[in-house]
Amino acid sequence: MELRKSYFADVRKDDLHEIGQPRPRSDSPGHVTGRTAYFADRNFPGMLHLKMVRSPHHHARIRSIDTSEAEKHPGVIKVLTAKDVPHNVYTILILIQVGPEDETVLADGKVRWKGEAVVAVLAETERAAQEAAAKVKVDYEVLPAVFDMEEALKPGAPIVNEYHGQNYYLYDSGACRKVRFGDVEAGFAQADHVLEQSYQSSPIEHAPTETTGCVVAPEGNDRFTCHTNTQAMFFTLDNTSIILQMPGSKLHFVGGTVGGGFGGKVDVIVEPIAILGAKLTGRPVCFIYSREEEMQISSPRAAEKVVIKDGVMKDGRIVARKVTGYTDAGAYSRHSPYGAQKGAGHYPGPYTVPNVWIDTYCVYTNRTPSSAMRGFGVTIGDFALEVQMDKLARLIGMDPLEFRFINAYRDGDMKAHRQPTEGAALIECMQEAARVANWPVAEKYMAMSSYKNGA
Amino acid sequence: MAIRRGRGVAAINYPTGMNLGGDPTQALVHSTPTGNFMVTLSSVDLGQGMKQIMAQICAETIGVPTDRVVVDTADTDTGPHCMGTFASRGTHRAGNAVIQAAREARQVMLEVAAEELEVNASDLETDGQGNILVKGAPQKSISIFDVALSAHFKRGRSISGRGMFLIPRSYPEKETGAMKPSTCYAHACTVAEVEVDDETGEVTVLTVKNVFEIGRALNPKMVEQQLVGGSWMGISHALYETTEPYYPNRDHGGTDFNQYLMPGPGDLAETEIIVLERPSADGPYGAKGPGEMCANPQMPAVANAVFDAVGVRIDTLPITPERILRALKAQAN
Repeated sequence: MELRKSYFADVRKDDLHEIGQPRPRSDSPGHVTGRTAYFADRNFPGMLHLKMVRSPHHHARIRSIDTSEAEKHPGVIKVLTAKDVPHNVYTILILIQVGPEDETVLADGKVRWKGEAVVAVLAETERAAQEAAAKVKVDYEVLPAVFDMEEALKPGAPIVNEYHGQNYYLYDSGACRKVRFGDVEAGFAQADHVLEQSYQSSPIEHAPTETTGCVVAPEGNDRFTCHTNTQAMFFTLDNTSIILQMPGSKLHFVGGTVGGGFGGKVDVIVEPIAILGAKLTGRPVCFIYSREEEMQISSPRAAEKVVIKDGVMKDGRIVARKVTGYTDAGAYSRHSPYGAQKGAGHYPGPYTVPNVWIDTYCVYTNRTPSSAMRGFGVTIGDFALEVQMDKLARLIGMDPLEFRFINAYRDGDMKAHRQPTEGAALIECMQEAARVANWPVAEKYMAMSSYKNGA
Repeated sequence: MAIRRGRGVAAINYPTGMNLGGDPTQALVHSTPTGNFMVTLSSVDLGQGMKQIMAQICAETIGVPTDRVVVDTADTDTGPHCMGTFASRGTHRAGNAVIQAAREARQVMLEVAAEELEVNASDLETDGQGNILVKGAPQKSISIFDVALSAHFKRGRSISGRGMFLIPRSYPEKETGAMKPSTCYAHACTVAEVEVDDETGEVTVLTVKNVFEIGRALNPKMVEQQLVGGSWMGISHALYETTEPYYPNRDHGGTDFNQYLMPGPGDLAETEIIVLERPSADGPYGAKGPGEMCANPQMPAVANAVFDAVGVRIDTLPITPERILRALKAQAN
């Protein structure tokens, strides 16, 4: 890595003692010698193992659940169903007033995605829990499922999630989060060229080294200590308190040493049910995802569809940009309404466009709920935006990097969401990229600046 | 049939912190009897090195070497609230909270030192090595070790501080979408160079040159590891990864690392990282959040390079050999 101090030399300083120094990480020796303790290193006498019975269907009604054979299985201590969970229907963002509650801890009457948790089995060994889980009999009536976002949005499509009532998240602005700036249709009318293109991504796994999980120990004082690899301690504690209808003062969460998160450990999934298990059995409980669960059960990055329509002039100016984004939330909200909304605040990208129209939708389908992942709401949007930029440049016969210089935002430029640009540095990044990649651009672009009234 | 070479560029920005704000983080700082400093948080270190960065921020603010700071974090019985480690917020939000707490603790420390030295606290400065000196008269000094002892056993003072950082939540206006998603943005521009085998559709990323503007590299070695890792993840997202290879079809999802495709060490491109610093107005020592954005520009840069190489657009991620071959076939017809 090289630090290029010639850029922004008038505002950056080198007068500090500790900041800016490449000090070795104090936790590295522990990590590389195996001495660092992760949550799964906790092992308590009498600890039970929790395994989930999961839905084999994408969408089905549960006619009945028979746990009698599983309960008789050697080593099984407790079998939990929806009726055991005090506040079974929840949603994580309720803490910041983003509802409705739309997801069950354990399925109640219905499953909405293949892999959904239906019954929790607690046993002396992992193997006994697994074997007993296989003995739980669930009678399903399979329902029509919908996997394609466009199909899901059509009238008459099977309703994925009754707590929403329609297959999209309802914002206060309606079916989508909107941004309206200038007059996009007038921009298209005035443009020399109009280009509309569609981009698509697929769900992506976080693939952390350490899978999601927790180890819970009941304490002598009626409290529960939960050793967890969550990315958000109090967020998880407070949601657990709601789900279990248990005062937060009864809960003690310990974590903070995590083998990779990437957004995959922001959901609140393993802790509430494990703590409930510990409460009902009076024994320590561990619930740790297998690699298969981590890959197919834990939330992935949402698949997204992004449609971009641009009006561009022969001289390189983008005069209108319309973006319609669709986030595939799967069966439940988790963090997807937030992600779709983040996209609305991000488009039209780091460019100054006078006429902008943005609609972002959060769509429900019968697949593994998606949620947070590194950059979600923006990452796939940037893929779409920047491929579109390349296409536009070639359409008007302009160098792709020079085309970006013409449109790059600078300090003081008004963004589509009506915030003036501050602290811009796109131009300087492109200048340095041109230098380091030996990508020739005209001298006038190399003389530009992100500063207000910069050349 | 041939191996064809191409290159592509992409430029991006990325907001620091939870979208629309409203995501608080608190910190507490106190000294031990011998002048070491504890930072107490409930923030989570995901492996990116947050504890080390918080130690350096606290050390800088108080004016001691980093090895005199210990970070105790992620215990809800002791640590004050943190919204969590996500949205490129850890360094920015917790860092600001630690600065505020450390400033308050530093002030008490200087007041105690002033009493010991019989001067005004405003006339004192730290040397960064563990001593407090009188400005302009450095021969008159006291060690922080002695100041802490005095505070604890003689003067009955608690060298401690409380810190809190919160960006008020912004609510989007319904019809126009007027809102404040973030207070600062990191930037990047990436140039990727690829080879595409037009017989097999296989893409080899030869080089990736990333320029990142991150406000301030608080620890250059640590941010380098994050930026390099992010760049690899971007390539992996571009070419390999998905849990549903035929999305929206639900079949063929990988369940382990044999089935879920990711690049191995041999698939990783020669990676160059260049960092620019435009300090952010509200960042801890100017820092922005680079954690997420560093994985974003590689995807479009690789896609644009593939087009440059073989003249087909793959607008669906991941850019698999199958998709390239189908596009080449469609182009030939």
